[in-house]
Amino acid sequence: MSSISKSPWVIHYDGSSCNGCDIEVLAALMPRFDVERFGVINTGNPKHADILLLTGSINEQNKPVVQNIYNQMPEPKVVLALGICATSGGIFRECYNVMGGADKAVPVDLYVPGCAIRPEAIIDAVVQALGILEKKRAAMNAAAV
Amino acid sequence: MSNRTIIPFGPQHPVLPEPIHLDLVVEDEKVVEAIPSIGFIHRGLEKLVEKKDFIDFVYVAERICGICSYIHGMTYCMSVEQLLKLEIPDRAQYLRTIWSELSRIHSHLLWLGLTADSFGFESLFMQSWRIRESILDIIEETTGGRVIFGAAKVGGVRRDVSSVKLDEIMKKLRVYQKEINTIGSVFLNDTTVKHRMQGVGVLSQADAKSLGAVGPMLRGSGVSQDMRMTGYASYGKIGFTPVVETAGDCYARTKVRILEIAQSVDIIQKCIEQIKEGPIEVKVIGMPDGEYFARTEQPRGEVIYYAKGNGTKFLQRMRVRTPTFANLAPLLATLRGCQLADVPVIVLTIDPCISCAER
Repeated sequence: MSSISKSPWVIHYDGSSCNGCDIEVLAALMPRFDVERFGVINTGNPKHADILLLTGSINEQNKPVVQNIYNQMPEPKVVLALGICATSGGIFRECYNVMGGADKAVPVDLYVPGCAIRPEAIIDAVVQALGILEKKRAAMNAAAV
Repeated sequence: MSNRTIIPFGPQHPVLPEPIHLDLVVEDEKVVEAIPSIGFIHRGLEKLVEKKDFIDFVYVAERICGICSYIHGMTYCMSVEQLLKLEIPDRAQYLRTIWSELSRIHSHLLWLGLTADSFGFESLFMQSWRIRESILDIIEETTGGRVIFGAAKVGGVRRDVSSVKLDEIMKKLRVYQKEINTIGSVFLNDTTVKHRMQGVGVLSQADAKSLGAVGPMLRGSGVSQDMRMTGYASYGKIGFTPVVETAGDCYARTKVRILEIAQSVDIIQKCIEQIKEGPIEVKVIGMPDGEYFARTEQPRGEVIYYAKGNGTKFLQRMRVRTPTFANLAPLLATLRGCQLADVPVIVLTIDPCISCAER
């Protein structure tokens, strides 16, 4: 286990969600659930982040923003699609301004459905993301040698 | 004269849980103008009324916003019920009022936390959200959901709450009220917090009226206007006087919200005292026909639902005017001339809910 999975930093971006999932992402960082005790820190700077938490679906206007955040994050990185909107578009799938889930803009590692997603599910997803981060890191190291 | 610089604020910014972009034109540290660009969260859900029938659309209306979710759903139901000429039973009206006020308490606590975060008071942020979790527990116990709980439906409410449970809720709320008073006094009396909020982002009464501000933004500027005065749901039976402050700055708006939390607890108490046993829903008969405006008070201000039916199960047109959208113009006016460091605090004091505004 390397340092990266002992204290993963997360960055959150709201694609076009209804706010429910965003608020639950923040709630997961609060005293009741308190993921900070596991070293998970919410950062506003993509250059410091290991895990991208995406909520909400993708549209023409926010696609470049999401891609920009993703490209600024250093390798290895993991993208989590939180909530049913980020997974597939959910209830808004038929809306004219919804292209679909987060995978329309960036490669997604884990899909976490729920409307609105519960903080427990977010914590579970972040814990699973640590395993993926470790694997990606090992693959990077192997390629470097 | 110093050089003008444009500083982009958002769409991805640490104090904003949601994306909005502002181009801040600054001279030295002073903001001369703020130019917004919105549309990052536009989904176009008003057009979904053509694809989802009027009963199913409640779920979409609730997902306009995840914070004031319940009141969105309820207001939509109110507009459709008027088109169907349904008479909603008393018990359902009282339950709707109770859930509306619980939503208001959790929304205001959430806002208090985010505001504390915007001026860097991390522990106050955590404390506000800690108490908010307790309110969410009450909501979860009575409805099964945390933030989007789908308790309203066309014709009444989806679940009943037993009188034993209602008394329990009241006891809990009295305990939480004390905790809220403690953090409230930090917001209102702490010297550092006062420095960040008093005299910052002043909106005069005349401006608030002419720019069409709503909610705590309007009441913080000395205008006594609240849709709950119209007496929808069971507010008419309970009686209601809005909380009004006159200073018009960030501090006044904070004070309005803190006092409104206490007021909401009182309203819930009155509801629990007056509520009587009875049916919680009526059968939905017929198809919506005609047009109607439903107006209610959300935590952020007045929301207007316009619904137009044509006698089929799909509404012909549905339109929502959300409080954040109404508050954007006053926000831009208050940003003009402020210090760059105060921008996050001022943006937050309108209680922005971008997903409401853009839908």
